Amino acid sequence: MKRRHFIQQTTAATALAGLGALNLQSCVSNRKHITILHTNDVHSHIDPFGPNDKRNPNKGGVARRASLVENIRKENPNTLLLDAGDIFQGTPYFNYYGGELEFKLMSMLNYDLATIGNHDFDNGIDGLYAQLPHAKFEFVSANYDFSNTVMDTHVKPYKILVKDGVKIGVFGLGIQLDGLVDKQMYKETVYHNPIEVAQDMSRILKEEESCDLVICLSHIGYHYKNSPDRASDLNLAKATKNIDLIIGGHTHTFLPKPTVAQNSEGKNVLVNQVGAYGLYLGRIDFYFEKGKPLYSDSTTIIV
Amino acid sequence: MIKNSLLLVLFLSIAYSCKEIPNRVEGSRLEINDSITLDKEIENFISPYRDNVNKNLDSVISYAPETYSKSNGEFNTAIGNLMADAVYNESNPVFNKRTGKNIDFVILNHGGIRAIISQGNITSRTAYEVMPFENSVVVVALKGKQINELFDYLSKAKRAHPVSKQVELLLDKDYNIKKALVNSKPVSEDETYYIATNDYLYNGGDRMTFFHPNDSLYTLDYKIRNVLIDYFKRKDTIRPKIDNRFTKLTAE
Repeated sequence: MKRRHFIQQTTAATALAGLGALNLQSCVSNRKHITILHTNDVHSHIDPFGPNDKRNPNKGGVARRASLVENIRKENPNTLLLDAGDIFQGTPYFNYYGGELEFKLMSMLNYDLATIGNHDFDNGIDGLYAQLPHAKFEFVSANYDFSNTVMDTHVKPYKILVKDGVKIGVFGLGIQLDGLVDKQMYKETVYHNPIEVAQDMSRILKEEESCDLVICLSHIGYHYKNSPDRASDLNLAKATKNIDLIIGGHTHTFLPKPTVAQNSEGKNVLVNQVGAYGLYLGRIDFYFEKGKPLYSDSTTIIV
Repeated sequence: MIKNSLLLVLFLSIAYSCKEIPNRVEGSRLEINDSITLDKEIENFISPYRDNVNKNLDSVISYAPETYSKSNGEFNTAIGNLMADAVYNESNPVFNKRTGKNIDFVILNHGGIRAIISQGNITSRTAYEVMPFENSVVVVALKGKQINELFDYLSKAKRAHPVSKQVELLLDKDYNIKKALVNSKPVSEDETYYIATNDYLYNGGDRMTFFHPNDSLYTLDYKIRNVLIDYFKRKDTIRPKIDNRFTKLTAE
């Protein structure tokens, strides 16, 4: 209801501005609505859980996710669909087809970007590389240096997507591989400190590339209760600025709603993660005035 | 007059159009459940893949009289014992044929048991659920000193990391090692032992650092999952039990 009210209001304002002077347009015509949809740690869960499953009966499934995404895109064409990694491993589909089906389906759902999780190395970096022809979407990772691997040039640190004139900068972050993934699997992939890289990335995207929205697609984990100082999304939020949204993965954290965290300047930043296995789709809607800060004292956050 | 009303419109439009509409950010979580209709195109695309996988996976290869879970047991579990013993039984003939030697015992990790074995029919799918990862069996030649480090690791880990039945490790009530036997004999520091594990743990997974340095490594090219499938096929009914291979004394 509220949304409809808002849309009517903008239309009226735009019409009035049209009657008035042209130079007023900057005042009124820069209202934008961007929708971000996201998944993480789907782990090859293509089919829904069966009716007899003890934990998640009848939940999940790519064919349902496809319908949901399509309906939302109809509602707002200015929608991005992102995945925060660990696409691979968890059902026999991966063991039989090596990730081919996962990538083909994500392409059919028109995913825009994904980052790389530790399990995406499970068939080795060569196994990941072999599936790339099936992915019509791109990969971002800013703290994995793939220079000396087959993945070189196939993963960008960040990507800028433009929707309705809004520049959306998305950068990726991956988890420390040493001790988690066999070196024979990730080979010469070099891991860099995600927090430091994120400080750099957010500056580049906000200041040099003048992005209106900055999104971090992270697979470093939401928070580690037993190692609170380990790099995590909550620590990342605290230690950086100019990030508007952190979409997380790895810890399979089922957040009922996004966390509103505070960045190094005390400004808001949303952190979200939707557990695992494609049981949920995360949705963030930004309604904002292009050219002005997204989060200010007057910004309403409804979570 | 006309001029005035035009100005008024202009003024109003300035006043109205420049009124700030606050920015709004909304976040929600949408559950994917059976109230959402299937996308037909996607469903049709998946279906030949699904049929092929199911045909392979759903043939019955064994039977479980009970449900076995890794959370059932403190220092050894029926399901963990089954996995470690299966690795021993299936890998030792391969290892022996190649080297003329025998495996002394097997160590795996508790976290590597990825699902329960449910009471009822066991299919290849069960093996995929319990062991979705592609890890393979490796055999490492270790000195007795490192075997002691391995036991020390187990005593500190306080978890039911699976070991095969050739081991008898007993902790006192303070988690100190009270008895440590391999094939019923105490560990001899200078002797060489052949330990089977998986390549993930060999490379330091779960902080198992005691595999390095070593005298030699034998890669069997035998996936743990295939070990389980072969083991199940050999058994009409599995009957794993919790036993005394890794235990701790409780306070008196």
